Amino acid sequence: MSNAHEKLKIARASTRPTGSAYVDQIFKSHMELHGDRRFGDDAAIYSGVGFIDEGIPATFIAIDKGTDLQSRMARNFGCPKPEGYRKALRLMKQAEKFRRPIICFIDTLGAYPGAEAEQRGQGQAIAENILEMMGMKTPIISIITGEGGSGGALGLATGDRVYMLENAVYSVISPEGCASILWKDSGKVADAAECLKITAKDMREFKVIEGIITEDFDHFDKMCNSIRHQIKKDIAALSAMTDEQLLAARYDRFRQFGYFTRTVDDE
Amino acid sequence: MANVFTSFIKNLTGQQPTDIDSLIKHTENTQLVCKGCNGEFGKHQLLRNNMICPKCGKYFRMGGKERIKWLADKKSCEFMFDDFESRDFLDFPGYSEKLEKSRRTTGEKDAVVVGTAKLGGSPFAFFVMDSRFMMASMGSVLGEKITSIFEYAEKNNLPVIGFTASGGARMQEGIISLMQMAKVSGAVKRHSTAGNLYITVLTDPTTGGCTASFAMQGDIIIAEPKALVGFAGRRVVEQTTKSKLPDNFQSAEFLLECGFADSIVPREKLRDTLANLLEIHKAGGAKA
Repeated sequence: MSNAHEKLKIARASTRPTGSAYVDQIFKSHMELHGDRRFGDDAAIYSGVGFIDEGIPATFIAIDKGTDLQSRMARNFGCPKPEGYRKALRLMKQAEKFRRPIICFIDTLGAYPGAEAEQRGQGQAIAENILEMMGMKTPIISIITGEGGSGGALGLATGDRVYMLENAVYSVISPEGCASILWKDSGKVADAAECLKITAKDMREFKVIEGIITEDFDHFDKMCNSIRHQIKKDIAALSAMTDEQLLAARYDRFRQFGYFTRTVDDE
Repeated sequence: MANVFTSFIKNLTGQQPTDIDSLIKHTENTQLVCKGCNGEFGKHQLLRNNMICPKCGKYFRMGGKERIKWLADKKSCEFMFDDFESRDFLDFPGYSEKLEKSRRTTGEKDAVVVGTAKLGGSPFAFFVMDSRFMMASMGSVLGEKITSIFEYAEKNNLPVIGFTASGGARMQEGIISLMQMAKVSGAVKRHSTAGNLYITVLTDPTTGGCTASFAMQGDIIIAEPKALVGFAGRRVVEQTTKSKLPDNFQSAEFLLECGFADSIVPREKLRDTLANLLEIHKAGGAKA
């Protein structure tokens, strides 16, 4: 079995901590804030405000898959709808107003592909998040804890720092989807996962992420302590920047991505 | 109620011929069959008719260069950043062959053309995606060219008109394809913050990551009649919801009804509409 497929299965395991577990462990005195003020409240997104540490308030936005059948259904298995992305954007803008860093925890197969989600503008909601995050005048740190499923993940991952847990995956298309397009056989998941390059190690090589977080779910508090430590370090560095510097650095972070050849020198 | 086009718009382009004659001169008059009505006609006749079937009114998809030459004022079109070529950096099965085939059949290096032109005398920057090239999936080259034209337009205070058409991400470029969405969005944001206009024209089909990024980031979003526009594929939605979707699902008309497009504009009115919008934004913009 391929390494990528192995990771994919681990990333999807129902025994993994969900988004809210990280928030509840890392944040103190935190409070959940609901609703997008437009349509409704998407339970796939657990979001709110709290303290990362004494004197360091932050906004959290976490995709949560749920832990048992009932909560999984309530949270739509961690597939956000447009109102989820809009709730996230509302809280990001609120964070910007109060100069609070934004911490996103990402774990989704992808944005929900339902008829109502299309009707309410799933594409538009993600597009707006990405656009606004590129101009958000406050630090954004994103951590992919399980699955980073395509645009549905990017809608919360357009940040200054992006991390992945060691067994998390990040992909432009689900390996199943890729296999069915490529080989008309959604069973060839392992081959597709290998071709797509979806592991944290791959992402580090592409410079898509800044670091890989070691997993130790038996000592979850310890693991979260080290995540908190990293977040604090990043907040300190990012907060020292002016708005212009912060936005320029974020721009450059994404501007560099691309592999191509140039046949003639332009201009 | 779907077609809300009004007739208040001035005829701004009537005095400005396009490059259509030279385009026709340089295009082979291939015999074509309409998939809508099985009607047969030559390519030249189709071009004269705005690439709309003269028999049943079905919209044919347009190539990148074809589209901009059809739209812009005569001899105003300058293509830029034309020297980028995609490469198979992941050794992805079949990618090199697919690129080679698309290059051969379209004569283009990748799925988008960018540059500057004029419409009704007003200058603008453009990108036109070309669905004939690997379904205009979004790889490094496409992202780089669109980003570059937005950067150029920002520097030169030019509005951008973008024609979108895309099957979505280019999975053969893995995560780097996804990153193009953020890369382009960054350039759109800068261009926008500087007070410049961005108009998107959604053409058939605009889907996936394209819809979830720059297609939906325009100040004004125009759609071509009956164009397919959506995020998730129809088949995926039907499988997820286990229900049959209505025929007009994810059509331009559906989009308008749901509030995600400003207007549906038929091709014969597109030049005047865009020229008028450029004119409206000339006066009193953030940048004097």
